[in-house]
Amino acid sequence: MAFTPDIQVFCCHYTSQQALAEGPEGLAADGFPANATINRLVCGGKLKVSSLLAAFEQGADGVCVIGCRPDECHNLMGSQRAARRVLAVKKALEELEVEPERVAMFHLERGFHPEFVRVTQEMNEKLQQLGPSPFKGEKR
Amino acid sequence: MIIAERKPVNEIVEMVKDAKRVLVLGCRGCVSVCSAGGEREVELLSSLIRLGKQKQGQKAEVIGATLVRQCDKEYVDEIDQWQGRYDAIVSMACGVGVNFIANLRPNDQVFPAVNTTSFGGSAEQGVWSEQCAGCGDCVLHLTGGLCPVARCAKSLMNGPCGGSVEGRCEIHQEVPCIWQFIHERLNRFERRQDLERVAPIRDWRSAGHGGPRKTVRDDLTV
Ligand code: SF4
Ligand code: SF4
Repeated sequence: MAFTPDIQVFCCHYTSQQALAEGPEGLAADGFPANATINRLVCGGKLKVSSLLAAFEQGADGVCVIGCRPDECHNLMGSQRAARRVLAVKKALEELEVEPERVAMFHLERGFHPEFVRVTQEMNEKLQQLGPSPFKGEKR
Repeated sequence: MIIAERKPVNEIVEMVKDAKRVLVLGCRGCVSVCSAGGEREVELLSSLIRLGKQKQGQKAEVIGATLVRQCDKEYVDEIDQWQGRYDAIVSMACGVGVNFIANLRPNDQVFPAVNTTSFGGSAEQGVWSEQCAGCGDCVLHLTGGLCPVARCAKSLMNGPCGGSVEGRCEIHQEVPCIWQFIHERLNRFERRQDLERVAPIRDWRSAGHGGPRKTVRDDLTV
């Protein structure tokens, strides 16, 4: 049976603005995976490592962070800071011998963009290959 | 301040493999400032320990808390408030904190979450470097305020060794030869004569080679 991963998407206000304006139906029609949940942040700089880890604790199979392009961030350094925090989570996953690919950072142009949907689809495919999160050991 | 860095998570998870309830204890002192064991790091490590345990199919209760300091009895005694709610303590303080908990709490198992590395400071965000080795017999008045014990790879007292190239240490290309800096600084203050004095062979007992060191201040003991 095909495995449906739980994907938590953390994205900043600017990269998700128009994606959210589409509404759930609009997004679904664009191909946004139904198993991905959007968590909106005012800015990538607000993203906390602990929020990403909490997502895994709560059963996420993968976490995807979307922020502005590094040199075009609305708040200058926000998306670069988010990328650093994603790296910290990757390192922690590696230390726990869990695939670091379960968390990924994407820098996208602001506003709605087919790329927003594409990267979540990519993440979905990757997680389907990886299988359920090893942190769900208890539930498996 | 004392500089420390967190140990790999899997090592910490292994230390507490038999504990179902873990108290992760941070310190608001040096390790908060060097982002190794303050409140934020306690939150992260608590989460990572839970994840590590979950991965092994175990459920763990993790309490995260941060003390003002872990190197003073009065603060360590505050651990009493969690008495009976943990099987092991993971201390995110420097090694002093871990020792203090072990000294003061004979029935508590305590494990170190960080590697205590040095006494240093941060001149740029996210980077800390060693500045003093706590040798117990400071020579900074002779060396222009720059420490040859901690910052010369060979801890030379009459440097430089002659191996530095363009101001870089022959042992580590990425660090400056501190003896070159010492010479430049003393020359700037026209204190060349200090450099001509041969430092005698050093007695390293004050640096810990004579056993654990202790400071007693009669004016403060009652
Ligand atoms: S000489 Fe000793 S006490 Fe002074 S800075 Fe160097 S290591 Fe520290
Ligand atoms: S090059 Fe300078 S810092 Fe390095 S060992 Fe020699 S004297 Fe010490």
